[in-house]
Amino acid sequence: MMFAASAAIMIWLALAVVRALRGPTVFDRLVASNSIGTGAILLLAVFGFMTGRPEFLDIGILYALLNVVGTIAVLKFFRFGDLGHRGGEEPD
Amino acid sequence: MEMAQHIAAYLFLGIGCLLILIGGFGINRMPDVYTRMHAASVSDTLGAILVLFGLMIEAGPTLVALKLAIIILLLLFTGPVATHAVARAALEVGVKPLLRTRDGKPGKGIIEPDGSVTPWKD
Repeated sequence: MMFAASAAIMIWLALAVVRALRGPTVFDRLVASNSIGTGAILLLAVFGFMTGRPEFLDIGILYALLNVVGTIAVLKFFRFGDLGHRGGEEPD
Repeated sequence: MEMAQHIAAYLFLGIGCLLILIGGFGINRMPDVYTRMHAASVSDTLGAILVLFGLMIEAGPTLVALKLAIIILLLLFTGPVATHAVARAALEVGVKPLLRTRDGKPGKGIIEPDGSVTPWKD
């Protein structure tokens, strides 16, 4: 059953990668990459249960934290062209 | 008792995997950014949380279940924040929602209650 679950998660990851490669705008790619991050967390958790080593979950927590920070960092970079820009102002 | 635990865990895992696959197909089938976001949120929020909840039932009352609960809470907070940020940024940059009129013609605008389409203002 864990094997089937990890197979389903891998199919989902493949579909998200297809959208990330095809996406016409940068936002399509960001939505897909957000899905890929969530899929990596799930794959880590299910793989840990499959092999009997649930210690991988710590890495999953780290991925969950990095995922949202990464998405918002890329968005800010495309909006202001600079990660150090203070938000709320129009770019020059 | 152990049998019931396994059955409940596999039930949640199965429903979660089904929702994940639906979201994955939705990302590829939907026509524009906003609808793709809608499809992605199915797998990102509900599917992922159901899979992790199934693993939580499988783990029983241990430290592993606590870690899974922390991941579920993180996903509940961060997923909607990221999706909202993406949608807002797309709307600000000027990606227009793709709408259709009632007779099936594609158009970019707002559908009025009487069925006519007011074009989106730039």
